[in-house]
Amino acid sequence: MHEMGIAMQLLRVVEESLPPGEPVRLKSIRLRLGKLTAVVPGSLRMCMEIVAKDTVAEGATLEFDEVPVRLACRDCGAETTVEQPPFVCGSCGGKKVDVVGGREMIVESIEVEDLPASGSSNNEDKPNAN
Amino acid sequence: MQIKVVRDVLDANKTVAGQMRAEYADLGVFVLNLMSSPGSGKTTLLQKTLAALSGQLKIAVIVGDICTTNDAERLAKSADVPVTQICTDAFGGDCHLAAHVVREAAAGLTLAGLDLLIVENVGNLVCPAEFDIGEDKRAVVLSVTEGEDKPLKYPLMFQVCDVALLSKVDLLPHLDYSVKLARQAIQDVHPGLTVIEVSSKTGQGLEAWYAWIIQQVKEKKEQRAGDQGGGG
Repeated sequence: MHEMGIAMQLLRVVEESLPPGEPVRLKSIRLRLGKLTAVVPGSLRMCMEIVAKDTVAEGATLEFDEVPVRLACRDCGAETTVEQPPFVCGSCGGKKVDVVGGREMIVESIEVEDLPASGSSNNEDKPNAN
Repeated sequence: MQIKVVRDVLDANKTVAGQMRAEYADLGVFVLNLMSSPGSGKTTLLQKTLAALSGQLKIAVIVGDICTTNDAERLAKSADVPVTQICTDAFGGDCHLAAHVVREAAAGLTLAGLDLLIVENVGNLVCPAEFDIGEDKRAVVLSVTEGEDKPLKYPLMFQVCDVALLSKVDLLPHLDYSVKLARQAIQDVHPGLTVIEVSSKTGQGLEAWYAWIIQQVKEKKEQRAGDQGGGG
């Protein structure tokens, strides 16, 4: 499935982005997703649930910033967005266009919260706590 | 606490693809990623291509399928060229080829001295378009039995390709198919894309396809000569 392979790569990028040495819980992942990638957010969420099981990303929410298809026109120089084909300049109707936006699949940021370090912040466990 | 990341989800694949692209460039090998939906006639077209060009170009082929080595066996019978089959079920049944599996397959070939490396991707109009495998150019095969609006349904594939082959045109007398509509759909998602109508059965259009390949190989060699001559 398209989104499953992407979810596995996404997990890898997220794991590599965590602060080293600190126990954290991953709360959310913000993804910038271009419309041309044809990634269905709901399917990606489902696949992430599967791949994230028993990992630091388990339970993290996926948030999406969707990026429209953006065309740069070599005729008039304008940059315009399109919702669907035909991919022609929205300003002059020209066909000499380059796709400059809409193919993104970028992990923008992650939200983490610190986990209590074991045996240090929980007073019930500390023999010297008052 | 928010941590800014700004990393491409597929950066691992892009890194490997970039490394392979540099290696191919250094050797002057033109790499073609051949993609399509299943059943478009990709392998038959490739059989014809190898038979026609293997006398004048040094070619190797990497074939990707989820299962079976059928395509590699067919291609190996067409011409005396090295053919390596990747079965992605060994890698979890991927529906596309990724850069690292192509790198592994390429490691089993002698790339030095090659003019042309063709990678026949897994039959799929969605995922292969996302995964850079270090290729120079991408070709998509669309058969006339698939519906004129396929380019509109799979815009990314047709956007990223450098040439589109409209295949099985020998069947047109038996179909209610509009080549004009199909060409229009392709132009709607990729204005200016080169489209070649071909029939592996009758040979129609194949000379134009071969000429396109030969031109790409020539340009790759000229680019390499330019890069090496212009250094320092």
